[in-house]
Amino acid sequence: MSFLFCKSTWNAVVSPANRRAFMLCLAQMSSKVNFDEMVKGKPVVVFMKGTPDAPRCGFSNAVCQILKFHGVDGFESYDVLSNEDIRQGVKEYTKWPTIPQVFFNGEFIGGCDIMLDMHKNGELIEELKKIGIRSALLDSSDGADTKS
Amino acid sequence: MSDDKPIENALRQKLTDALKPQFLDVINESYMHNVPEGTESHFKVVIVSTAFENVKRLQKHQLVHKAIQEELDNSIHALSIVAKTPAEWEVSQDVGKSPPCRGGAGL
Repeated sequence: MSFLFCKSTWNAVVSPANRRAFMLCLAQMSSKVNFDEMVKGKPVVVFMKGTPDAPRCGFSNAVCQILKFHGVDGFESYDVLSNEDIRQGVKEYTKWPTIPQVFFNGEFIGGCDIMLDMHKNGELIEELKKIGIRSALLDSSDGADTKS
Repeated sequence: MSDDKPIENALRQKLTDALKPQFLDVINESYMHNVPEGTESHFKVVIVSTAFENVKRLQKHQLVHKAIQEELDNSIHALSIVAKTPAEWEVSQDVGKSPPCRGGAGL
């Protein structure tokens, strides 16, 4: 019966959709990952591929650069590439299918596209202000240019 | 529609059916990433629709996700979305440029 637990058998008989559904189910049932604890009570949390010092995805890197541009350093981050429970679980937690995922004070903000849009139209400065962070752009001479 | 782009074709069809867009562009950006040639894994969707009126930014993206849930569950590795109302599109057609790949985990 050990063949049933062989990875090649698993991949051969279980469709990608069912494999993913199974992983999501496991992540939900897992008591190892408490996403509420990971995001609540912290100003900025980013679930990303890689780390802020070494991002392994262009979209994750873009989020880190935007935050850095606004002077947000030392934010909490989780590298989903190093933990499959977190990688699948966070998608189930937010019902959002892609990485990166950004949280401000425990509230899901969005991914790279949303962060970039908020940065371009100045909204990000206001959202950071709501969580007690003064954007570095307010102190720079060209901070007003962020509004389109 | 060509048969060698099944995912791209499915995205275009499903988004058209679900959101009745005034403008839709589905761009396969897989060539920009660490994946084999011909892969359909990374996409950018630019979509303009009245379905996005009075809808918050997060929810705009969620409407797009809902329309193509099957492809997101099974095929697509990354999705960049530009979702605008017709009025927003009239103000600006800037869709930005997706960031360069950083290697990822390889597919």
